[in-house]
Amino acid sequence: MPDRADTAATMLEVRDLHAFYGESHILHGVSLEVRRGEVVTLLGRNGAGKTTTLRAIMGMVGRRTGSIRFAGTELVGMAPHRVPRLGIGYVPEERGIFASLSTAENLMLPPVVREGGMSVEQIHTLFPNLRERGATQGTRLSGGEQQMLAIARILRTGAELILLDEPTEGLAPVIIDQIGVAVRRLKDRGFTIVLVEQNFRFAATIADRHYVMEEGHVVDMIPNDRLDASMDRLHARLGV
Amino acid sequence: MLDLLGVPPQALFGQLLLGLINGSFYALLSLGLAVIFGMLNVINMAHGALYMVGAFVAWLLLTKFGLGYWWALGLAPLAVGALGLVLERGLLRHLYSVDHLYGLLLTFGLALMIEGGFRHVYGVSGQAYPIPDLLRGGTNLGFMVLPSYRGWVVVFALAVCFGTWFAIERTRLGSRLRAATENPALVQAFGIDVPRMVSLTYGFGVALAGLAGVLAAPIYQVSPMMGTNLIIVVFAVVVIGGMGSILGAILTGIGLGLLEGLTKVFYPEASNIVVFVIMAVVLLLKPAGLFGRER
Repeated sequence: MPDRADTAATMLEVRDLHAFYGESHILHGVSLEVRRGEVVTLLGRNGAGKTTTLRAIMGMVGRRTGSIRFAGTELVGMAPHRVPRLGIGYVPEERGIFASLSTAENLMLPPVVREGGMSVEQIHTLFPNLRERGATQGTRLSGGEQQMLAIARILRTGAELILLDEPTEGLAPVIIDQIGVAVRRLKDRGFTIVLVEQNFRFAATIADRHYVMEEGHVVDMIPNDRLDASMDRLHARLGV
Repeated sequence: MLDLLGVPPQALFGQLLLGLINGSFYALLSLGLAVIFGMLNVINMAHGALYMVGAFVAWLLLTKFGLGYWWALGLAPLAVGALGLVLERGLLRHLYSVDHLYGLLLTFGLALMIEGGFRHVYGVSGQAYPIPDLLRGGTNLGFMVLPSYRGWVVVFALAVCFGTWFAIERTRLGSRLRAATENPALVQAFGIDVPRMVSLTYGFGVALAGLAGVLAAPIYQVSPMMGTNLIIVVFAVVVIGGMGSILGAILTGIGLGLLEGLTKVFYPEASNIVVFVIMAVVLLLKPAGLFGRER
């Protein structure tokens, strides 16, 4: 389990991050930091660069410049398959459940990168829906179950930082509540989480701080306890 | 004396056995192609040439180093697999970012160069390769005589095919392979070294071709062009079975071998084209192939 004693320490520090897909320049100098044990959201309109920020951290963009430091290690220039081995788990926007793998195979796919990951039993306690669905083809699960599976498979690996891209997208309110309970439980267990979210109300119930993105940069940072006071500012930014 | 539609049983079973042998080679070769296509999206036109290289490695081991069949069975696939690794790392790798047709053209060029090189050195006439002592002779089954070596080829090829199928469909390593076929970027984001997996997959796929080459050496003559004729049929098998389908490649390979054998008995004139007629029909009715999934 991640060590909670050291909550003040910066776990992830992004400085002046630029990212490119081929000729298109998507991120224009993103800077943010995430402390150990925090839940931080990236808010912003479609196309603001939230998903690209997560993908750039994982090394899944064409090219990136600037600096991404995770627990002191520089990620820019590192081979993509080495990044997760440092203890970063990625839950992609489209959930990324593999159709050619069963639910159990999907769950067991990511290799364990360090000690302290959750056991399959603990994962089934957190997501009871996944129990006894092991033989089901991954993509035959419901949308909510697929989202749970996408989170669950990262919890096994011992990753301390989880990048969670729009876990509530397209899900019914009752399922969103379930995901919310699970994410809060992960926070209690000491996981550090970066959450990309369009569902602002969902984000407000779990996050410590919110970074607001626009056109490929961070334009604002709002601590969750200042959220009500910052509503007007936020509405203007997000257009909600 | 049973007489099937005016065909003597010896001829029928003889052709069926021949069909089964051919089918085993089709299955081994199309399996390698399917594994490679699934992972690399490359239609490996060099497959026939590498099959030939496997047979030549066996022949060279025997004539230059005195190492017999059983050595060749292990060493030739390793050598061909290593050659595959070099080709993938050195050449193919640079083409993944461009249209898949370039991979096809590159491997086609490689096939021409490899075959041309062997023809230059060894000429077009075939070299004989002896059947290993252990597998000489045959068994009288009552309705026909089964040559031991041919029986061995069928059993061994099928065992390798289904072993491969099991490894891909039922093991942890196989699940990584399937996942990487579907979404390589995400598998990489879980910490799996996908480029290395791609290299090893290509190496393994062509090692299967090398293995088929060793199995073929005592049956057909070892000649530089032995892969050229075979590979066209094997591509048809892959298309009929469905690109990238493992089980499809195996079952279609054996099935079409048998069907070819049957055609030789009942309508010999059509035996060389029956596979292609079936390919045309399958493409019309089920463009993704019998076992393929539409992408």
